[in-house]
Amino acid sequence: MAETVSTQTVDVRGTKLKVQEAGSGETILFLHGAGGSNWTGLLDRLATKYRVILPEHPGFGRSQIPDWMMSVGDLALFYLDFIHALKLDNVHLAGHSLGGWLTAEIAIRNTTKLRSVSLLAPAGIAVADAPFGDIFLWKHEQSTRAQFHDQALAEKRLTVTPDLDLVLQNKSAVARLAWNPRLSNPQLPFWLHRIDRPTLLLWGRQDRIIPYACRVPYQQGIVQAQMETIDQCGHAIHNEKPAEAAAIMEKFLSGVKA
Amino acid sequence: MNIFFFHLMPYGDLDLSYTDKYDSAWVTLPNTYFDRSKGTAIYDRYINELSLADELGFDGICVNEHHQTAYGLMPAPNLIAGALTRTTKKAKIAILGRALPLVNNPVAIAEEFAMLDQMSGGRIITGFVRGIGSEYFASGIDPTLSHARYYEAHELILRAWTEPGPFQYHGRHYSFDYVNIWPRPVQLPHPPVWIPSQGSIETIEWCAAKERRYTYLQTFSPIELAQKNFDAYRACAEKAGYQAQASQLGWAIPTYVAETDEIARRELQPHIEAFFNKLLRFPIEMRMPPGYSSIASTKMLIERKYAVRASQQTIDTLSDLGMCIYGSARTVREKLLHHQKKMGIGNLISMLQIATQPAEQTEKSMRLFAAEVAPYLRANASTAVAAE
Repeated sequence: MAETVSTQTVDVRGTKLKVQEAGSGETILFLHGAGGSNWTGLLDRLATKYRVILPEHPGFGRSQIPDWMMSVGDLALFYLDFIHALKLDNVHLAGHSLGGWLTAEIAIRNTTKLRSVSLLAPAGIAVADAPFGDIFLWKHEQSTRAQFHDQALAEKRLTVTPDLDLVLQNKSAVARLAWNPRLSNPQLPFWLHRIDRPTLLLWGRQDRIIPYACRVPYQQGIVQAQMETIDQCGHAIHNEKPAEAAAIMEKFLSGVKA
Repeated sequence: MNIFFFHLMPYGDLDLSYTDKYDSAWVTLPNTYFDRSKGTAIYDRYINELSLADELGFDGICVNEHHQTAYGLMPAPNLIAGALTRTTKKAKIAILGRALPLVNNPVAIAEEFAMLDQMSGGRIITGFVRGIGSEYFASGIDPTLSHARYYEAHELILRAWTEPGPFQYHGRHYSFDYVNIWPRPVQLPHPPVWIPSQGSIETIEWCAAKERRYTYLQTFSPIELAQKNFDAYRACAEKAGYQAQASQLGWAIPTYVAETDEIARRELQPHIEAFFNKLLRFPIEMRMPPGYSSIASTKMLIERKYAVRASQQTIDTLSDLGMCIYGSARTVREKLLHHQKKMGIGNLISMLQIATQPAEQTEKSMRLFAAEVAPYLRANASTAVAAE
């Protein structure tokens, strides 16, 4: 029942992106996390009711990050250009982890074309005594295990040998965007009030990369935030609990008035 | 042939069983492993050893910069160099080097070097490095900007030394309305610049460029790689339209001299193995943070070269790779002369204190080296590269 996923290349002012898309209906623009652009079980489910667009961020996959791109703030403005280039309107903007942070950075800048905002375990705000996982220093096994609460899923994932070129390219792009301050923008909490659209906050209760405690400043800063928690779930919500995550998102999105 | 004495100032009292609990002597090893009551005596001893090298007639003494590690207790090498300007008379003082990208104000580096140049009466040699991978974890600087910051900081420092100030500098990574250093350095056109490196072709090309002709210093590598990089330097120079001098090439090598080959081997073994297996130990993720080097170089290290470092080395494997030289004075001088001629180097950087090596052994080795190795090398070293 999975929708067919098509792939195209989109040129935004000279920067080319690989963009995957499936489904029809209202548009969800989904922004991937540090691990790169993967069409997950969550997106498969959403694509049965929505048009889902998954761009691969500049610098990820086989592309080089543009020399001028220095921060998630730059990337946020780039995606506002992307929305303009694709003539998207009334978009449900969603993102996971690094992509969740990016979603918030876009929404504090301009919500004109946005209908709703979904932040899935977003990075972006560091909280005292709840440090982020060290995704740069951890070994592959440690990183993979930290993605999941259910270690059986991690072990299954660990049987696949990663594409080293892809891993190094993606990490390099993440470093450019998030090395310092690590995975966060200290100014972000001061601008969250600008997100004037219905907002979903979704977290795995046992997240070991962006700890559950990091939800608090987002809840405090975004007036319309609706907080949802999935128990027995780690950071990779879309891989660990795709059905639950899809159900929560669908319920939230269907409640959003045009 | 110039002969230097290189000191890393390691924390020799490190509990080497740390590897049962931690995977690196850098950044993540808790500093509770450092006994604060021992530091004063350690610095006293090491500064004395560097000063002794001056008395013994070494042409230069070398210090360097590393952060948050038992490998070397010199996060600020210019502090040691400052002390050495007072305790030494003749030797060049080489700071190999300062890690340019790690600072947000490279003008401060230009200032410190200019001070040292004046304080030493023009005896300093400066070294410009990027800092090793782990230092990007220690400093918080984005490793993907390492090269860009390095080149920009280099340009800014050279201009600060050579151009009348004040002038403006507005780069991509550094920006100043006023660059106007006091003091100016004493050496003209500026203090010598050396580039210590493990060697990438990009670094070697940049170093050998006609307008720079910086001395390239190969550090702690298999001799095969050193030879390859020196050959590459000469090839780059030739391509740039000039002939590289031996003085443009330097080789850093852990060295130990004792009464006989057997004594040397026995005494050196625990220390050289501690150096490579315990102090120079980091996981690849720490050694190569994302974007620090090209994906091709990173992959090469992961898949091939890094295997040399990651595996447990013994004094014999290290000796076979040409990563240390030891023996009686006669053995050491013959080996060094052989390598000198083959590699065509004009600067030998002998690291004569190694890891956990105690003071008595260090001094014995230094004295034997100065009396029976250095004079022989000076008398017999060739400036031409030996034919194969």
